[in-house]
Amino acid sequence: MSFRTPLSTARGLGSAKHGVGHWISERVAAVALVPLVVWGAYSVILLARMDYYEAVEWIRSPVNATLMVLTLGISFMHMQSGLRVVIEDYVYSHLNKAACLLANLFVCGLAGALAIMSILKVALGGA
Amino acid sequence: MVQLTLPKNSVPKGGRHFPAPAGATNVKTFKIYRYDPDSGQNPSWDTYDVDLSQCGPMVLDVLIHIKNNVDPTLTFRRSCREGICGSCAMNIAGRNTLACIHGHEECPGDKISISPLPHMPVVKDLIPDLTLFYAQYASIEPWLHTETPEPQKEWRQTPEDREKLDGLYECILCACCSTSCPSYWWNQEKYLGPAALLHAYRWIIDSRDEATGERLDELEDPFKLYRCHTIMNCAQVCPKGLNPAKAIAEVKKMLVDRVV
Repeated sequence: MSFRTPLSTARGLGSAKHGVGHWISERVAAVALVPLVVWGAYSVILLARMDYYEAVEWIRSPVNATLMVLTLGISFMHMQSGLRVVIEDYVYSHLNKAACLLANLFVCGLAGALAIMSILKVALGGA
Repeated sequence: MVQLTLPKNSVPKGGRHFPAPAGATNVKTFKIYRYDPDSGQNPSWDTYDVDLSQCGPMVLDVLIHIKNNVDPTLTFRRSCREGICGSCAMNIAGRNTLACIHGHEECPGDKISISPLPHMPVVKDLIPDLTLFYAQYASIEPWLHTETPEPQKEWRQTPEDREKLDGLYECILCACCSTSCPSYWWNQEKYLGPAALLHAYRWIIDSRDEATGERLDELEDPFKLYRCHTIMNCAQVCPKGLNPAKAIAEVKKMLVDRVV
């Protein structure tokens, strides 16, 4: 039971006055991923034909290492961004929503960081 | 709020059957959602076998025929019977539309289901509670905002600028679009919905309005505007053939124009 007027309910807490940045970054990442994913698929085919030493040598090339870092980094960033919207859509209670948003951020961040570190380790000669 | 199952007291149970009069040859069955808050009972699906030779071609004609001749307790809104008032918006054969301009011949299958607009509180039978929907419309301040002293005659507008309002001003606020939008189902407390956003855009691009920036400020919000995920149900069901999704996309483009 509440005596709040319908207009007050509709106005809610007002406008957050942000959102366009997130919207642009989602689309920029999606555009960037188009060539990167095509390159990634081509690379996987190439790598499948190589032996271990050839593969390490291939990753050590600055262009290949940079593109791999970009592909995986942007993929995980895009994944976090998309999942965040899904969580905001479907998870309603404040506590659950906060937990899911944090888990999403940490899991995607950790996965992205691990992927990039692994590539750098090979690329910079540690393997 | 996401609710994938109905609360116990909202689950339809049972329902009465009203057979067609003896000798009727052109019979079609209508399965209609019934709910009476005064009865304390759950909603039900009543079925009516209607002799189509006794009523007009539209679904509203069938409903009026049922109310006048079969079951006077059936409750629904209607007024203009020509698709301009938006009162008789309801879900017919799984699709939100206006009963007055939707022919029963257009509905597939032998049995046509009719229920209130989805995911809204039901006042009675086919009448949804649209209080929040109208308040959301009011919240976008659907009137001209100006600071320049009012001209002696009228605010002038070129024919080209006037044309920009076509496809927007025709909206009759029937709520078919908003109540067909899954994003609106899940987050209607925060998301304005396609109808209110279409009207917001109608005032944003009005060349006579002087509050474009403030209007865009009010809309730039992860929920009020950006819950639109371009699902396009709004454009599919609009009985006036409008495209609220496009209007929302235009607002998003204008917000990008401000920063890029």
